[in-house]
Amino acid sequence: MSGPLHKFDRPNSYIGRSVVRPDAKRLVEGQGNYVDDLQLPRMVHAAFVRSPYAHAKIISIDTSNAKSVTGVVAVFVGNDINSQVKPWTATLTHLKGMRSPPQLPLADAVARWQGEPIVMVVAQSRAIAEDACELVEIEFEPLEPVCNTEIAAQRGTPLIHPELDSNVAWEREVVAGDADTAMQGSDITTLERTFHFGRHTGVTLESRSVVTEFNKSDDTLVFHYSGQAPHMMQAVLSKHLQLPEENVRVVARDVGGSFGIKIHTYGDEIATAVAARLLCRPVKFIADRLESFSSDIHAREHRVHGKIAVNKNGEIVALTFDDVTGIGPYSMYPRTSAIECNQILNLTGAPYKIENYYAKGTVVFQNKNMMCQYRAVGHPVAMAVCDSLIEDVAHEINMDVVDIRRRNLIADDAYPVTSATGMKFNELSHHQSLDSLIAMMNYDQLRNDQKSDRAAGIYRGIGLVSMVEVTNPSPMFYGVGGAPIAAQDGASIRLDAAGALHVSCSVTEQGQGTNTILAQIAAEVFGVDIDRVKVTTGDTANVPYGGGTWASRGAGIGGESVLLAAKALKDQVLDVAASILQTSADSLDIDAGTVINIADGAERMDLGELGKIVYYRANELPPDIKPELIATRHYRVTDYPFVFTNSAMAAHVEVDVETGFVKVLDFWVVEDCGRVINPKLVDEQIRGGVVQGIGGALYEECLYDDDGQLLNATMADYLVPMAAEMPDIHILHVETPTTTSNLGAKGAGEAGTGGAPAAILNAVNDALRPLDTAIHQMPMTPERILKALYPDKL
Amino acid sequence: MKAPDFQYQCPRTLNDALVQLSSDDVECQPLAGGQSLMPMMNLRLAQPEMLLDLNNIAELSFIREAGSHIEIGAMVRYATLLESKLIHHHIPLFVQALPHIAHAAIRNRGTIGGSVALADPAAEMPALLKALDATIEVVSKSSTRTISADDFFLGTYETALRSDELVHSIKVPVAISEHRYGFYELARRHGDYALAGVAIGAHSVEPYTNLRIVFFSISDCAVRAVEAEDALNGKLSNDSTALGNALETLSKLNYYEDANASSATKNHLARVVMQRALSKLSTAVS
Repeated sequence: MSGPLHKFDRPNSYIGRSVVRPDAKRLVEGQGNYVDDLQLPRMVHAAFVRSPYAHAKIISIDTSNAKSVTGVVAVFVGNDINSQVKPWTATLTHLKGMRSPPQLPLADAVARWQGEPIVMVVAQSRAIAEDACELVEIEFEPLEPVCNTEIAAQRGTPLIHPELDSNVAWEREVVAGDADTAMQGSDITTLERTFHFGRHTGVTLESRSVVTEFNKSDDTLVFHYSGQAPHMMQAVLSKHLQLPEENVRVVARDVGGSFGIKIHTYGDEIATAVAARLLCRPVKFIADRLESFSSDIHAREHRVHGKIAVNKNGEIVALTFDDVTGIGPYSMYPRTSAIECNQILNLTGAPYKIENYYAKGTVVFQNKNMMCQYRAVGHPVAMAVCDSLIEDVAHEINMDVVDIRRRNLIADDAYPVTSATGMKFNELSHHQSLDSLIAMMNYDQLRNDQKSDRAAGIYRGIGLVSMVEVTNPSPMFYGVGGAPIAAQDGASIRLDAAGALHVSCSVTEQGQGTNTILAQIAAEVFGVDIDRVKVTTGDTANVPYGGGTWASRGAGIGGESVLLAAKALKDQVLDVAASILQTSADSLDIDAGTVINIADGAERMDLGELGKIVYYRANELPPDIKPELIATRHYRVTDYPFVFTNSAMAAHVEVDVETGFVKVLDFWVVEDCGRVINPKLVDEQIRGGVVQGIGGALYEECLYDDDGQLLNATMADYLVPMAAEMPDIHILHVETPTTTSNLGAKGAGEAGTGGAPAAILNAVNDALRPLDTAIHQMPMTPERILKALYPDKL
Repeated sequence: MKAPDFQYQCPRTLNDALVQLSSDDVECQPLAGGQSLMPMMNLRLAQPEMLLDLNNIAELSFIREAGSHIEIGAMVRYATLLESKLIHHHIPLFVQALPHIAHAAIRNRGTIGGSVALADPAAEMPALLKALDATIEVVSKSSTRTISADDFFLGTYETALRSDELVHSIKVPVAISEHRYGFYELARRHGDYALAGVAIGAHSVEPYTNLRIVFFSISDCAVRAVEAEDALNGKLSNDSTALGNALETLSKLNYYEDANASSATKNHLARVVMQRALSKLSTAVS
């Protein structure tokens, strides 16, 4: 803990305590309200015929047999739906030169990935709709698929969009200092590696789900969806269905995981809205698992060639890399599919003092499912590239991997600091976090054990990462580039006649406990018991305008808006109380739902009594008192484009060198996310994030063949990490509250996912080092490790 | 992921089931635990005209001692096998292997007969039955046949079972004190289908006699490595030449590659699992 003791550090403060989630019992008892639980009168169900080809001309479509199935309500081909929609184009003005063709919900003339929706069937049940889908006859003329990212960018490769002169969507170069010159010199050691990162996806427990209602009488649309940015979706639906924004209501009730998967514009979901409007009936679309794998956004397919140069003191003198990534046939709307690459260009090496830096990113179109932002956007790649190069070069110069980090991490007292890539960092604690990590994991002992294990033929490895995480973004992320995405959030808090608080906030809950921490903040700042706080999120008709929960912004931005609203409401309530009690407001406070004297703590008035006077017996109030028992405040980050957090992590693994299997023995995290509002929820976020990171490092990959066919679109074949294989994940916190807000909270949602792959990669390579081999491809599957071990045999 | 429409029958006696199965009017698909069939139907990979649900046929759920064998009814579930004292006393290989078959929820429903009739090349049960030299009793309306496990499994989802027959029961020889058993599989996550696995039975070690070395998840069905058995039978367990010879014979097996492993990797892993299973063959009585 740095800085003086804060009010929130009191032992009985709700902020800083592992308050039990008020909604946990309801969810565990099966009383959740997910989209698929919604049953509306006259509701019908949608299913889609999707392209079996990665790239094909659609010659003809015959829907007559499908239409004749009993229970089928409508069969829509491309033009039926697309003619009702204004096309969307996913570019942002601050990503200079970016291009992507306009996109519509259904493929019409050409299908560009296996899984792209072509025909929509609406029927009395999903089963009937699927029966009819089987009867739709489509004649295709297969076109040559372009799948390999490096080939896609080359001249002479077939064009996915003939109107563009190449398959390149965006390119960017970042130059700082003079890396080439810095890499020269007799005392400089350089090291190059090529990294391959596999595509993977978020695999939400609740799949993408939509129920759309359209009321023709008043031209209003209600879009119930499982997602994390209701106001963004409202703007998207309004613009592309050409309805006034105020006529579109977006509701996200309980959400069973999102991870960035459900924050985009999906053709099948837009088609569902169009169908409801055309049919004037509620239409439900629940993606099944097969559809999820082939149409939920994928992420992380990158090939990075990186080079690091250090002097004989282990100081990094230059870092260069070039990244090529494939994003599917379109950029995803409205966030675009270039952000992941952009993050890698901005964040690689961010924890370290690096003056000479060169990075190049190339984003290409390809005939695979679309890629976009998934939890920890870009971070897993950025951190793995830099920290793998650092550990490998440390061994080149016989330096310990902790030592080399200590020599290069930005000093904790050096902030504010602007990085070579122009990122502004403040209030980070890399050294303190690393020191704390080393102590927690008993690093020296592990190194000693490692030596004796190796003598016994046991190959264990230790790998570390020091990282930053982008959290609490300002408008510089999306809004500045023209996307309808708010970076500010708002909270309204109302005191009711019984003395309870009703909070409504524009950030969203998708299972991580947002509503709980909002209740903690409101209860703490205003002064009521937490069970007197009711929180509403996820409904554009009932919450202030705001961005939702993504980029680790729920606590830091949404939480601050609640804090400000609670303070304002408290002042308003105390003004009323002062009038009733004939004293001054500044002599009063509110504690546990009671107005008290500050001086002696004496109880003066229950808030329920105050509520009843204001609402029922206002005749008792002087006429000049006009009580406002509701307050609304908004908050945005102004001082910095982003509020970065930092962590240090370490993995301990054992590699079975006969089988290539990796067992993760232990994992340690020291996280500095500023003020911790609910330690248990933050720890859950970190643990869940680490597990998702281990998934990317060891298990998860969307496997495509050369023809662009997804090979493993089931839960039996796509391996998500499971509890049995997961290590204990030990967590400590360093708390450096951000001074950009009163609350001091930074984000905590993505660090684990962003850092774990680097630590696992380093640990595996540390284990393999005595065998004189290494792997720089994720996931590190048994077969890939075996190939690294036995290149001549396998 | 909704199954297409199908008819459904749920007979209470084996005879009723066999009568229905022999009917030419409608194509019947027997339903046992449903742990493979139901997902295949939901993925529309299987589209049976009629499901013949065997779950109410009490006479197919038994585990009993019959002289030198244990008889197990086709509808006995994995979870029941794991809880059975008879199994614990007499079929130690099951006790070793069953915890590796999927997860508890699947073992609560999945049946031994279902696994045998499906003949998934990645499943453990066909390999276990071959390693144990078990026999499979099949019945139709008009006949009963006994087929050795060696002859029963023919290929991927292919068995000696005729379309009018059901698996009635499995007969497994009881283990005696000289017998030794081994099981080893490499699954990336506990409960997954293995990248490679092996089940081994031997009448004795030092020297090895009557070895049965059966691989699963490497080929089109559970496959006995007969040449490896021959190389080891009569040899002591510390005979490294014999072991080396046995390992070399594995390169002649017909490996099927999948998205996770090439044929060469499967061959490599087959060598590893055989060595590991042989190195810790356990005694008969657990």
